[in-house]
Amino acid sequence: MADTRPTASIEAVESGLAAQGYIASRQIATAVYLSQQIEKPILVEGPAGVGKTELAKAIAAWRGMKMIRLQCYEGLDEAKALYEWKYAKQLLYTQILKDKLGEVLGGAQSLAAALDQLHTFGDVFFSKEFVEPRPLLQALEQPAGCVLLIDEIDKSDAEFESLLLEILSDFQVTIPELGTVSAVAPPTVILTSNSERDLGDALKRRCLHLHIGFPEQKLEERIVESRVPGISQTLRKQMVGFIHEIRSLDLKKLPSVSEAIDWARVLVLLQASELDHEIVKDTLNVLLKYEADIEAATPQISSFIAKASRQGVFS
Amino acid sequence: MRENLHRFFRAARGAGVRVSPAESIDAMRAVAQVGFNDRDILRNTFLLTLAKTQDEKRALGECFDLFFSQPEPQQENAEQNKTDDNSASGANPSADEHGDNAGGAANENVGPLAQMLLSQDRSAISTAIANASGAASLPDIRYFTQRGIFQTRILDAMGIQRLRDDIDEQTTRNPALAERLQEALNGLRGTVRDAVSQALLLYGREEAENLRNEILRNAPLARIEPRQVEQMRALIRQIARRLRERYSKPRKRQRRGHLDVRRTLRRNAAWGGVPFLTAWKRKHRDRPKIVALCDVSGSVARVSDFFLLLIHSLHEVVDDVRSFAFSGHLIEVSDILESKSPEEAMKEIMSKVGFGSSDYGNSFADFEDNWMSAITPQTTVIVLGDARSNNLDPRADILRRIGERSKRLVWLNPEGRMVWGFGDSEMPRYATFCTVVRQCATAQQLERAVSDIVATYQ
Repeated sequence: MADTRPTASIEAVESGLAAQGYIASRQIATAVYLSQQIEKPILVEGPAGVGKTELAKAIAAWRGMKMIRLQCYEGLDEAKALYEWKYAKQLLYTQILKDKLGEVLGGAQSLAAALDQLHTFGDVFFSKEFVEPRPLLQALEQPAGCVLLIDEIDKSDAEFESLLLEILSDFQVTIPELGTVSAVAPPTVILTSNSERDLGDALKRRCLHLHIGFPEQKLEERIVESRVPGISQTLRKQMVGFIHEIRSLDLKKLPSVSEAIDWARVLVLLQASELDHEIVKDTLNVLLKYEADIEAATPQISSFIAKASRQGVFS
Repeated sequence: MRENLHRFFRAARGAGVRVSPAESIDAMRAVAQVGFNDRDILRNTFLLTLAKTQDEKRALGECFDLFFSQPEPQQENAEQNKTDDNSASGANPSADEHGDNAGGAANENVGPLAQMLLSQDRSAISTAIANASGAASLPDIRYFTQRGIFQTRILDAMGIQRLRDDIDEQTTRNPALAERLQEALNGLRGTVRDAVSQALLLYGREEAENLRNEILRNAPLARIEPRQVEQMRALIRQIARRLRERYSKPRKRQRRGHLDVRRTLRRNAAWGGVPFLTAWKRKHRDRPKIVALCDVSGSVARVSDFFLLLIHSLHEVVDDVRSFAFSGHLIEVSDILESKSPEEAMKEIMSKVGFGSSDYGNSFADFEDNWMSAITPQTTVIVLGDARSNNLDPRADILRRIGERSKRLVWLNPEGRMVWGFGDSEMPRYATFCTVVRQCATAQQLERAVSDIVATYQ
């Protein structure tokens, strides 16, 4: 058990994820550690772009496991998420085996006898051969375990949520024709949600609930440092300070971590050594995605830069 | 420790966090993994396993801080307590020494509680209080009226009787000691009172809130006291949230039994039209469309506050809501309600059309002239008002046309049925053109009325 699960402590989780370039806060590390220890899925909520999906990727990379991703959308159903019968193959096989069936059943004198003989074949056409495994079933069949990412669960229908309950609590699914398929090795399940709609209590009950908000300034600096190594320390401090000021505004879409990283890359690309009014104004569209937001933020740029630089001096 | 965890779960429930037995089991398993050493990790663990929304996380965090700021009856302390008792009754040298330092009096004569108080051993006292609280089942406290009885019970369990006897006895023999004991007793009472108040805060909140909400729900909106307005707003917001949870589920539902031939053929084209997969016809439902007309005139000013709040929340539940406010004339307020917070929106609406004397006829005429096209055969029209038109022309003919154009016309009146039609009330005349007329004076009636309206679209 111990060798397949190298999660000795919360610190080990933190450093393991950091090695993959994912700087986790204490709470995230605790969640990951607990999910390993008590074998529970994690439901991650938070605004877009704070690294919910990245967390699953980082865990998979760190543990050296395969990541299976199920992107949810409206109308997603059993056939696309769990399993499907290979109808075409079934049809093809019945055609090919037609003669063979005739041979086998040739000896039968009556219809009843033929039927009896047919029963002895068993359910050849509804066996594992003809099942097309979809992400959820695939995840259960991985012999070495895997990270199952069920992305944006809030986009799917309420019915799909109920379908997930069995797999989340017992790591098994029931296929009517085949019976219950249990996980070979329990997968690490990560569900993400943007809180577009409230999830059911039944689903929430089965998960550890982790809310990732915008990171604190220090943490965000470390994240930018690990993702954009070429950026100088003063610029990093300034830009993160600036983004924190922007987040205090009342905007339609606040810039999140992914936007911060993009912006840092842009600034490095433009070879900026420190923030000034001109460069911020030109690159503000990297941070803010709505015209109205940009308009609201533009008059504040100078004062925000001043504040951000001052912060840098004292810390 | 398990006992403490259970007490914490109860406190969490008191703080409004729904902790199911399954979740408490998970939390226990999780705590067994992380241990109690690091308080931050413990806090994170509880937040992860018990709280399932942002609000719950905040409430649970506060509850955690409050809970663990009080002394816990720990095992070692309890044992220490026992040895204290032993030493007190056995009067071994160390206890004597202790007593000599503190009072310089013969302490063999006073009880264990007096001993403890005289030695000024804070941790022992707080442990004793915690143990006595356990004995008095303090976590059962629900209402603030129970504070007195729990204080008495705890003090009794700590042996206050013996202490009083001691004081009586010492007043004659050693007045100085008696005085010190009396002072210590007063201090002790204060500490116990604080402990009980804290417990009430921890365990009693939910019950107290339920009781208060129950009273508020049935209180007439027009006669809410100013200090209750904030609570009432919170209650209306709760109602709105419940409505949203209940009715924001997708309306798509399959109607089994009627085969959709066209879609079935198309879906099965891959295997030569042999129908492996069937497609069924879906039932189409009307999307809710609501037009709300809210009276904000002086006569209903107190109630209209809550009406507006509810309309504001309707905007969140239903996509297609257009709302209008009127007293002397009528304006559209959809944009204000959609873009601003409830408080700001209400202030702005009130400053624009509020507090005038109402003129239903004129307001209906305004509506017909400018916005009649907003009403389609799928629309439900809600009118919130007392129908008191200051003896001006009621223009019931416009209301009739509104009723004919719409799917339903609902009138919610804050006044009781008894007074409809008396004075300048035009309710009977309007009522003939309405699909439903309801009295709507309390939060509960308001919730039912709105819930019925939204439910017709489900």
